[in-house]
Order: sequence, then C-alpha cells, then structure tokens
Amino acid sequence: MATQIRELIGNHKILPVPLERVRDEDDLYELGMTSFASVQLMLALEEAFDIEFPERMLNRKTFASISAIDRSVTELVSGRA
Amino acid sequence: MNAIPPEFKAAPAADAPAKPFLDRLFEDGVLMPTGVDGLYGRSGAFEEVIDGFERLVERYSRADGAMKIHFPPAMPRVNMEKSGYLKSFPQLAGSIHSFMGSDADHCQLIAALTEGRDWSEYQSPTDVVLTPAACYPLYPTVAAKGAVPDAGLLFDLKSYCFRHEPSKEPTRMQLFRMRENVCIGTPEQVKEFRERWLERGPKMIASLGLPCELDVANDPFFGRGGKLMARNQRDQQLKFELLIPVNDGADPTACLSFNYHQNHFGSLWGMKRADGEEAHSACVGFGLERIALALFRHHGNDVAKWPESVREVLFG
Repeated sequence: MATQIRELIGNHKILPVPLERVRDEDDLYELGMTSFASVQLMLALEEAFDIEFPERMLNRKTFASISAIDRSVTELVSGRA
Repeated sequence: MNAIPPEFKAAPAADAPAKPFLDRLFEDGVLMPTGVDGLYGRSGAFEEVIDGFERLVERYSRADGAMKIHFPPAMPRVNMEKSGYLKSFPQLAGSIHSFMGSDADHCQLIAALTEGRDWSEYQSPTDVVLTPAACYPLYPTVAAKGAVPDAGLLFDLKSYCFRHEPSKEPTRMQLFRMRENVCIGTPEQVKEFRERWLERGPKMIASLGLPCELDVANDPFFGRGGKLMARNQRDQQLKFELLIPVNDGADPTACLSFNYHQNHFGSLWGMKRADGEEAHSACVGFGLERIALALFRHHGNDVAKWPESVREVLFG
C-alpha cells in the first residue's frame, strides 16, 4: 500500500522534494505539500483505491505522512470489504 | 471589547422588529433595491459613514507608512487563472464577457433576445475578470518590481469586489468594497503586522459603540476538497475574523478579517526577498459595507441621531 501511495505522490507532483528522500513517517506538510496539493492527493487516493474519505477524515492529520495516509486508506479499504 | 449580546445568538425574540433589516434599510432610503439581491444603491449618508470609517483606517495605515494603491474592480483574467481562485472558489468568481461576433452573429443575438432565449452563447470571455479581493491585483504587481526590500512592504488598498452569492442578508452583497492593508516580507514581519491589526481591530470597532468578538475562521472553499482546505486553514489559525452582530437572529457577521497567507502568494507569483527566499504575506481586510451596516443596525437609520462619541470618531 505504501508503495502505491508513494507512486501517487510522485505522479501528481505533490511534493517539491525528491520522493526517495522522504521517509514514511516524515511530515509531508513540512516537506512543502501545500493545502491545494493535499486536496489533489486526496482525490487521487479516492480514485486509485475506490474509496471516499468521510468527513471526519478530512483534516490535516489524515494526510500528514505516508504512514498516516496508509492507516486511513487501509481502514477505508477494509471497511468496504 | 464588548461581548456579543445574547439576543443576537438566539432565535429572534418575540419583540424583535417584525420587518427584516433589509426592508427597513430600503424603507428609510439607506439602500436602494435594484431588483437583484446583493446589488444595491447606497445613500449619501451611507457613503459618508464609509468615508468616515476609511479615515479611521487611514490614520493607522498612514502612520505605518503603507503605500496607498487603488486598483479598478477588475483584473486580468490570466492572473485569476494563475491565482488558484478558480480551484478554491469557482462558485464565487465573476468573469466579464462581451459580444465579439459578426453582423450575422449580432442578428442571432438580437433574435435570441427578442424571443426571450438565452443570448449568452453569443458572448465570449474578455481579458478581464471581476476582482474577488482587493489584494489579488497587488501580488503580480509587486513581483514584477523585483526583490522585496529587507524592511518589507506595506500597502493600503481599496477596491470594489465581486462575489457571486446573491442573498437577502444585506451584509452579503455581490458587489462591495474592501479596504485592505497588506504586508509582504519575512514570516516574522508579516506575523507581527497581523498581530498589530488583531489588537487594533477590536479597539476600532469598540470606539464605534459596536459589540464584537474575535474568532478563528476559514474561507468558503468549494466542495469536499474544500472541507480539507478549510480545516487546514483553521488548524493553522491562518484566518481570524472580527464578528459583529448585524442580522436579526443570525450568526454575527465577519466585518474584519486577518489573514496569514504564509508563502502562498510568494510562491505563486515568484515574490522573493533579497536573500532569494520566498516572501510571506498577510492582510487585514475591512468589509466597508458590512461595517456601515453594523453601525446602522446598532445606532439606527438616522445618522444625525447616532451617539456623539460615535459621530466624533467618524466625522470629528
């Protein structure tokens, strides 16, 4: 899952820094992810994993790091199954 | 700062005036209807109140050494496209279209008009859109001038602004004036600027005999993605509003807003400081019609009968 998330971040040019330097726990906002970019990432994740982030997840924390995104997406994917 | 009186927080009281505030403003000639919600004529008295409030703002902005610039209420379409406004607020944006066709096209337009059909398809977008916030035309202008000096930059702006949100609430106009002070510089400089106005704002409003309260706020970003943007903005306390009760039985109205944009506009327009770092920016915006309406709401529709202390601040 984390690999797929990384790919999405790369393909949508979410970060201004090279992705290989980003660790799963790093704060993406601190690395330069803008508010706009986080919305783009949210929409890309929804499309890629066929999920919809519920309102309670539409916050900064959900998209703060690759591992945080991984946890949210895993929860939504398993909830759907 | 006076607290918001409880009667504004609850549903309209039984003895509340039966007539809506907007109707009372029309009846007393403070505003004049045009047939479209949110588009009104203003009386001379209303304009004098706005002039008086602007003099109060100017006392501060002149002392700060802010450079006064007035842009027309429209800006280049390309700049709106680049600004991201259409990503965040497509529902509010207004673009200007005009007829650019041939004689034959003109005949079709006239025919559509005569038959009461939609004639907008005979119009094309011009190079101009309506300004959504007074500071939007500023950033590309500053960026074109080169590096932001070490001391930072201060501007005092005013513009009519357009937002497509027709409403029966007189405080939500489609065309309204915004006076803004903007600071561009280091994060420290612009945060200090915002702090300064966060202290001044409530004092200015209290000097006009109006109750107010400060609160964290967010912009009305569009759609589900907008909810995420709004929460981000709140979590980081990037926007504060000074709220004054104006509309009966409704939440108090944001009359001033204090915004820290971080490097958003610096990055977007390439506004750099001499050391090559992206400039940060912040602004304080005064909703001039809203402040005037708050004064009419609290002190009555006859300006001559307003408390002497309030008249002194505005007209003294």
